[in-house]
Amino acid sequence: MAMAPISPPHAMGSNRTRTIMLQVLGATLPGVALLTWFFGWGTLINILLASCFALVIEALILHLRKRPVMFFLNDGSALVTAWLLALALPPYSPWWLVLVATGFAMVFGKHLYGGLGQNPFNPAMLGYAVVLVSFPVEMTSWPVWRGIEELQPALTPTLGLLEGLQRVFIPGSLPADGWATATALDVVRNNSALTMAELRATEPALGGMAGRAWEWVSLAWLAGGLFLLYKRIYSWHAPVGMLGALALMSLLFWNGDGSASNGSPLFHLLGGATMLGAFFIVTDPVSSATSPRGRLVFGAGVGVLVYVIRVWGNYPDAVAFAVLLMNLCAPTIDYYTAPRTYGHARATRGMGKGQSERH
Amino acid sequence: MTAQIRIHDIPGGIHPPENKAQSTTRGVEQPPLPARLILPLLQHIGVPAEPVVKVGDHVLKGQLLATAQGRFSCALHAPTSGTIAEIGPAPYPHVSGLHEPAIVLDSDGEDRWVELEPIADYRALDHVTLVEKLAAAGISGMGGAGFPTATKLLSRPDHRIETLIINGAECEPYITADDMTMRHYPAQVVTGIEILMHVLTPEQVLIGIEDNKPEAIAAMREAAQHNPTIRVVPIPTKYPSGGEKQLIQILTGREVPSGGLPADIGVLCQNTGTALAVHDAVMLGRPLISRVVTLTGGALERPTNVQALIGTPISELLAFAGLQRERLHRLVLGGPMMGFTVDPQAPIIKTSNCLLAATEQELPTPPPALPCIRCGLCAEACPAQLLPQQLHWFALGKDYPQLQRYNLFDCIECGACAYVCPSSIPLVQYFRAGKGEIRAIEQQHTKAEQSRVRYEQRLERLQREAEQRERDRQARAEKAARAKAAREAREAQEQQTGAATEPDLARVKARIPTLSPEQKQLKIAAATARMALQKAQKQLNANPDNSDLQAQVVQLEQAHAEAQQAFEQATSQEDT
Repeated sequence: MAMAPISPPHAMGSNRTRTIMLQVLGATLPGVALLTWFFGWGTLINILLASCFALVIEALILHLRKRPVMFFLNDGSALVTAWLLALALPPYSPWWLVLVATGFAMVFGKHLYGGLGQNPFNPAMLGYAVVLVSFPVEMTSWPVWRGIEELQPALTPTLGLLEGLQRVFIPGSLPADGWATATALDVVRNNSALTMAELRATEPALGGMAGRAWEWVSLAWLAGGLFLLYKRIYSWHAPVGMLGALALMSLLFWNGDGSASNGSPLFHLLGGATMLGAFFIVTDPVSSATSPRGRLVFGAGVGVLVYVIRVWGNYPDAVAFAVLLMNLCAPTIDYYTAPRTYGHARATRGMGKGQSERH
Repeated sequence: MTAQIRIHDIPGGIHPPENKAQSTTRGVEQPPLPARLILPLLQHIGVPAEPVVKVGDHVLKGQLLATAQGRFSCALHAPTSGTIAEIGPAPYPHVSGLHEPAIVLDSDGEDRWVELEPIADYRALDHVTLVEKLAAAGISGMGGAGFPTATKLLSRPDHRIETLIINGAECEPYITADDMTMRHYPAQVVTGIEILMHVLTPEQVLIGIEDNKPEAIAAMREAAQHNPTIRVVPIPTKYPSGGEKQLIQILTGREVPSGGLPADIGVLCQNTGTALAVHDAVMLGRPLISRVVTLTGGALERPTNVQALIGTPISELLAFAGLQRERLHRLVLGGPMMGFTVDPQAPIIKTSNCLLAATEQELPTPPPALPCIRCGLCAEACPAQLLPQQLHWFALGKDYPQLQRYNLFDCIECGACAYVCPSSIPLVQYFRAGKGEIRAIEQQHTKAEQSRVRYEQRLERLQREAEQRERDRQARAEKAARAKAAREAREAQEQQTGAATEPDLARVKARIPTLSPEQKQLKIAAATARMALQKAQKQLNANPDNSDLQAQVVQLEQAHAEAQQAFEQATSQEDT
């Protein structure tokens, strides 16, 4: 009876990192389905490309770092990074754009810091930010959605698979006009003359609340997020913090429906990448704050920054920058949001420099 | 019944599969008398007991084998009658598998009791006598930690115990020993509680039992019906509600201060098994020589509970429960959350509540750990509201000050964090190692501090001695100066009064001839002339041909002779 002495606890829960990652991927499916319905094959091509790039790059670097390749490839974290990045990129992004973004995310965002669990920044957002500042033209041309041709005959959505592949792999081979347009966030930010009602009439992109198609896709992200909350993959703190802060900011600075309107709270909550960010990006545990209270603060910080950059900044959407900036603050937030331990009158907060207790 | 007791929730906690039903169907069985018992001298927290028997002695059941050494120690008694076979290192139930000093007793098969001294009416005794009786019975806490019960009862004599909590939560999966104790000996347990009440005089007694034990709750309620001070409180089933600090929080809403004792907030906890042992010690006069042990796990054909003699080898108990060796994957003493792997040759001791013979399916080998992704599930599960992911981070980096800032020492090692960890990180192992390292460092610090103090004290002592020597020297110098002054004064006086009047001085003068000033001058003149002569002679020896020197020497010889003569004349005149 040779039995190895094993440290307690001997019983283990059934939760595994891989399961968590797969559930996150599963929760994106409603959003992916709607994106595909509205914008054609572009999203799926993005996902496929990014996944392949991410897995190959991850395997390569693991090999270089002399780490067990299959053991880490199996954890599913590279796939999650790739998917989230692919969902953030405009559909039909040229293949090289996807490669640059994914490569930067995996190499600089993840492995240079030590791989899984060690990265201070959200890798997907790092990759996204790099291509956003480097290739603004490609990054701001979102394809038009199914049904727009009935409103604006000049625009035609790209719905065929072959046409889509052509746009991705041979960029510039198809006419550049008429297939992509500015997003609703762009339209509102650039507007200074028209009231919201007039804007809505001239720009069908605005839709009912936050851009047609966008509203639906946002609701799909919300549904996926609620599923993950139900599955207790993450706690409610970060999403609620972000959405709450964004809602509060947009309510405070909402100038009604006039030409100086900064957009209604609903417009901000359902527009752009708000919902994707709230339920799939700020919830990334590695680069976020640790304690529940810390995550609330982290999310709120992202919400405020998103609004500030959207309304007063130079970029139409801001989730990536806001998340990266808050990633920087996460360790500090951790120091100041530690919970009160059992049997202690107060929580130990602060950096703890120069006030060591026992030594 | 008075007002309903409010149940407070504890933060965190987990709901692992309970696996309790399989060992509760057969009651509390009596295993066969083992041929040989191993009785470690250390079965409690503290100092090992000291044997009072020799190898070859014949002892009766219940006879004292080893006495307690001070307050943090516990007496040991013979669980059956027989002969002492050995006293020395023997297998011990510890994860290290190391042997520990023990008394080995060969049973004579008669199981003959020593004469017992039950107490007819414990209410007539004062609490000191009762506590002494419990100490003499060798009772230590039977819930797991094994703190000597008598010492615990007297731990804070200045604090009044308002609430006595009887811990029947038994939150850990698989274990049913307390459950079966309460089901089968409810009246004895309640009597034990009443004895404890007589000692502590608490205002209320709360028996906390998780609501997954309805039979135990019903049995205890019925047994305690007659006493309105004792209340059975069903609590929600959630691991680790049976942790002492957690149960106190659940039942009173109060927290034991960090580093303090429950007595600091007027609470004292005792395990149901301990209450039963108290009953046996007082009402039957029996020392603690047996306990209820759960035998369970998928590798046993008939999982059950037994009233096992302390010192029974684990292998014999497993055989009694029908161990299937080929199915056994991991043998754990205690439960699957906080128990530890043991060698089947080791015996059960006073703190052993469960033997879990698990199959591979039940307790699979943990998968290799992945890096922490800081998902925070551990922080959500932690009943002490620690941040295990941060502690893990600091433990990896051996950042001891931060570990202490993040209250590592408030970790109760319940294992909830490691249970929920999706990366299979053995968090508790890291925390135990961290605690051990910090304790070692603190010991070093204490030693270094002691050395520093010793060194400084030595320096001080040396300086003190040097100063003392200096003071002594000065004192001597002063004394000499005073003596000299006195002598000079006397000399002056003597000059005036003459030698004859001072017989003492005359004696001194007889030894040291004293000269008058004129004589002195003459003596000095003679000496000076001699020295000049000698100097000139020296020079002449160096330069024998120098005529000047030759003449000078002659002159000087003459001068010297004259001076000498003058001096001698003067002294001879004086003497005559």
